[in-house]
Amino acid sequence: MSPEDWLADSAPAGEPRRVPSGCATGGILDQAGRPIPGQMIANLMAAMHERSNGLGGGFAGYGIYPEMAQCYALHVMYDRDDHRQPVEQLLGNTTFLVRSERIYTRPTRGIGLAPDMWRYFLQVPPSNLGTLSEEDYVVRLVMRINQELHGAWVVSCGKNLGVFKGVGYPEDIANFFRLDEYKAYQWVGHGRFPTNTVAWWGGAHPFSLLGWTVVHNGEISSYGINRRYVEMYGYKCTLKTDTEVLVYLVDLIIRRQRLPWQALYAILAPPFWEQIERMSHPEKRRLYTALRQVYGSAMANGPFSIIIGHPEGMIGLTDRAKLRPLVAARQGDLFLLASEEAAIRAVLPQPESVWAPKAGFPAEGRLAAAAVMQP
Amino acid sequence: MRSYLLPDFLVQVSDACIGCGRCVRECSFSALEMSGKRPKANHARCVACRRCVVFCPTGAISVQRNQVASRDNAYWPVALRSDLLRQAQTGGILLAGAGNDLAYPSIWDHLLLDASQVTNPSIDPLREPMEVTTFLGSKPAALRVAESATGELHLETELPPQLRLDTPIIIGAMSLGAVNLNVHRILARAAQAAGTLWNCGEGGLHEELYPFGPQTIVQVASGRFGVHRHYLEQAAAVEIKMGQGAKPGIGGHLPGEKVTAEIAATRMIPEGADALSPAPHHDIYSIEDLAQLVGALKQATNYSKPVGVKIAAVHHVAAIASGAARAGADFITIDGFRGGTGAAPKVVRNHMGIPIELALAAVDDRLRQEGIRNQVTLIASGGIRCSADMVKAIALGADLVAIGTAALISLGCTLCQACYTGRCAWGLTTQDPALAARQNVEEGVERLGNLLNAWSAELKEMLGALGINAVESLRGNRERLRAVGLDGETLAILGVQAAGRE
Repeated sequence: MSPEDWLADSAPAGEPRRVPSGCATGGILDQAGRPIPGQMIANLMAAMHERSNGLGGGFAGYGIYPEMAQCYALHVMYDRDDHRQPVEQLLGNTTFLVRSERIYTRPTRGIGLAPDMWRYFLQVPPSNLGTLSEEDYVVRLVMRINQELHGAWVVSCGKNLGVFKGVGYPEDIANFFRLDEYKAYQWVGHGRFPTNTVAWWGGAHPFSLLGWTVVHNGEISSYGINRRYVEMYGYKCTLKTDTEVLVYLVDLIIRRQRLPWQALYAILAPPFWEQIERMSHPEKRRLYTALRQVYGSAMANGPFSIIIGHPEGMIGLTDRAKLRPLVAARQGDLFLLASEEAAIRAVLPQPESVWAPKAGFPAEGRLAAAAVMQP
Repeated sequence: MRSYLLPDFLVQVSDACIGCGRCVRECSFSALEMSGKRPKANHARCVACRRCVVFCPTGAISVQRNQVASRDNAYWPVALRSDLLRQAQTGGILLAGAGNDLAYPSIWDHLLLDASQVTNPSIDPLREPMEVTTFLGSKPAALRVAESATGELHLETELPPQLRLDTPIIIGAMSLGAVNLNVHRILARAAQAAGTLWNCGEGGLHEELYPFGPQTIVQVASGRFGVHRHYLEQAAAVEIKMGQGAKPGIGGHLPGEKVTAEIAATRMIPEGADALSPAPHHDIYSIEDLAQLVGALKQATNYSKPVGVKIAAVHHVAAIASGAARAGADFITIDGFRGGTGAAPKVVRNHMGIPIELALAAVDDRLRQEGIRNQVTLIASGGIRCSADMVKAIALGADLVAIGTAALISLGCTLCQACYTGRCAWGLTTQDPALAARQNVEEGVERLGNLLNAWSAELKEMLGALGINAVESLRGNRERLRAVGLDGETLAILGVQAAGRE
């Protein structure tokens, strides 16, 4: 069987389907912006080998392309080489392509037939924008490729960041993509245990759009309405898994509607009405009531723990009953998140503090202001 | 003219009869009278309301279908032939009460719900919070929230008026006239006890019930009955009635004999005068006129309460609902073709309109395509029979459901469909004081209150099994529905996949 056939078989056709899964998540941030070797996140994820089943692993690195920090870095997956040309033609017609290259990989035991992976560094000519913002332009471009161009999937499109993911255990995926040769100020990782469908490369985590990445352990029982909600705003769910919709919710609420992060947390994992009624300040009650009234369709219901990465830090968040695990730790400037404490201790044996974030409350790490790279 | 009609039912009295005469007193259709020490039946008058059977102290009465043989004919059923005979005798439009009773497919019965297994733990609603609070009112597409330097959040958006309901079930519109004041008393009190709303219908609101204003949706219909300043002021919300599922496109007619002093005062018409609701609103001949009325009612109520529009489910329901939303409606009630009525031409009741399931799905889709779904609360009504119908309606896209027939059944209604006669033996659709007195308000409040509680509890049970702990995560979540035995076109309209698909 050729790689082409394998991928054609494994990418579920037709209506997008939801893929419930149990998983391992992890993240490491240096809040001072110092580079962290890719091996560290690979080791952290390897410690949670048991949480995955070899059907998906992936990583997002923030700050891995410092020399190309001005450009959107598109990581694109092709199931066949002849599906590359239409994408490159579209990119050539609609953007200023600074560089395009194949993503280099290393033959790895445990990693089977892989799709063709390319990366494109591009800028958007201002004259192309019309009334769109640059980000909206890129989002539309990505939606168009994912929806209209057969056999091509954009796995990440942010500046100075890239997603590496596929079918395999996370530590094998790390080796395959030569993560040891990259350095990032922030890494997010994922190991997957999909439970009821064939795994495919595009369905591995992280899911990413612009600067946002999401890795997810759990199942979003509200996916049906979350998806219809983001579709109202032009997002197309094409990657056949529930996590994708979280990325679009972050993009919609944080970037387009400009709500503060605290509001996003209260939308994804809102306080119970009972808790809202107990809030002492009427202004606060009014706010949280309004968030639930207006954003009920954006609430992520069901068991989940997620890590949301963004260029200035990362957040760990669980559902409001905390039906999936999440542990956080700090050591100096390092901020770590993982499904299991053992994974944190595998790379940082004696952290200064380790804690289990409360259900529905975020654990946040932020890049120090001085370390934020100005594009 | 001799009637060629045979009685539909046969009333039989067994030897257990003690001759107490209770059945005769209970029968408001004069189908029973005492003959010596035993009741004697006039079968032709029996509507099978079961009042006598329920109240006979010795269980001596039974009512049977009158099974007179005629040659089988799948194309000419007996009921249809009886209607022809009736028309041949009267030359008139046949009237009917309650809802469409023909055997059209019920799509609810082809929809099944998902449940949690392994990857998604189900939730026990008795041990974990299970939230069914629902808000009626228009929501903005987005909020503006400012964050201070210290991380304090401040809400900058002013929301339109919102009504908080403890359960996503309200009681649908039944007018004073169609039902009597006792029934209105029950509906209002039960809504209050359940933390929800009732709708007083198009016949005004009796002054006695003004204290229940915070639980009351008041209607403004084509007859404008009982609409005045205080009526609007005391209400929780105002609904413009454009249509009714049981009789889309036509008006209403409350005969003068039903217009008692009480009803006359409430409707602001002379006692004994026919109360005619015109088919259209004579000031609304298109959507821009509706927008004016919505605006006028909002102004009249100082923008302090939701103003909505009720429409019947008809072919263009999606476009009409979209127009109503753009006309400023804060909520839209879609009334399906199974909705009930006190009186409607039978031919209209049985053949006009479309199923609520399809109308609801089409409307929710259209509002989403246009990006205005947040602008309105969608209320599904017309044939919601049980909590499963409600859950399916919410999953298809309804914010809440309204129940009318189900509420009346909880109070004794047996769907005998004789509402239009004004002789309801259960004291529901009658203005006869002796019959109306059969509805004991306290007991009725308990019965209807129990029904609402039971449905809410069942809703929570189903949400728990779905692994969802807030009803808003079910709303429009068609992913959790699957269909059996529906064709591809219907599936596409519903946005639901066939059972067996992942």
